[in-house]
Amino acid sequence: MTIIIISVLGFIMVVAAVLAIYSQKLLTAIIATGVISLLASLVYLLLAAPDVAMTEAAIGSGLTTVVFLLALNRIRRNQGGSHG
Amino acid sequence: MVKRFLMLVLLISFALMILPLLREIRPATELPPLAQKYVQDGPDELGAANLVTAVVVTYRGLDTLGEVAVLFIATAGVGFLLRRKEKKLGSSPKRPASEILQTGTDFLMPLIFLFGVYIFVHGHLTPGGGFQGGVMIASGMLLLFLSNSATRINHTVLHFVESLSGAFYVGLCVLGLILAAGFLDNRFLPLGKLGSLFSGGAIPIIYSLIGLKVGSELVGILENLRRNDS
Repeated sequence: MTIIIISVLGFIMVVAAVLAIYSQKLLTAIIATGVISLLASLVYLLLAAPDVAMTEAAIGSGLTTVVFLLALNRIRRNQGGSHG
Repeated sequence: MVKRFLMLVLLISFALMILPLLREIRPATELPPLAQKYVQDGPDELGAANLVTAVVVTYRGLDTLGEVAVLFIATAGVGFLLRRKEKKLGSSPKRPASEILQTGTDFLMPLIFLFGVYIFVHGHLTPGGGFQGGVMIASGMLLLFLSNSATRINHTVLHFVESLSGAFYVGLCVLGLILAAGFLDNRFLPLGKLGSLFSGGAIPIIYSLIGLKVGSELVGILENLRRNDS
């Protein structure tokens, strides 16, 4: 059962990674990387590594996403245009 | 066309390189010798109920010290790079956050802070530890930043907490060198009963210091990025 869930999560992660690379909007790419981290933390939890899962969920999907968003905000403001 | 073909060849050769590894993978039925030693001797030697913490803080403590140093250097770099434009602080009118966000923040922020502190204080008993707890405190701070854009952090207090906890961490490591078996040894404090809050020698203290340091560093990064952000 666990192996099926992990396979599905892994498939969604691959889809999200492809989306992050090929998406035209930077915002979509950032959200997609956050989704990858969130699913990765679920996989860690299923593989009985709660310590790593907590780190991944807090840093990968929480803080890194926000830092990327803040950086994107700065880039947009410096360019003065409507990028992303 | 040639470029794509070369890329395909590269990918296929890479897959062929990886394939033997994938074929030879077997589910591990017993621990490798080093892990076996940790699992057998860890609880008796160090008194930490959470073996991961015993490994991270004591057996592999030098790596943790290195990670903390890396994070410190990253924070210093961010602060250095973003320090230049400090004029017109908060001059642009900002849209206030919605009432749902504000009320939710008022309710959730103390709970998030408490949970972060719980995680790094109980690092030797339950999953988690300094890094996770610190990040959780930083995310609580982030919620405050989002809900109230006029919030200002006192940088002096932040730097004080950060450098003091870092110095105390290294000081505790050296204390292990003097009073116990070696650098980063936690056994100069009584080990206590396995599984109680005051156990594991210096591990809870070290992890609390790491939590404070990581939390203040990450809050510093967020504050630096957010400063005079529209």
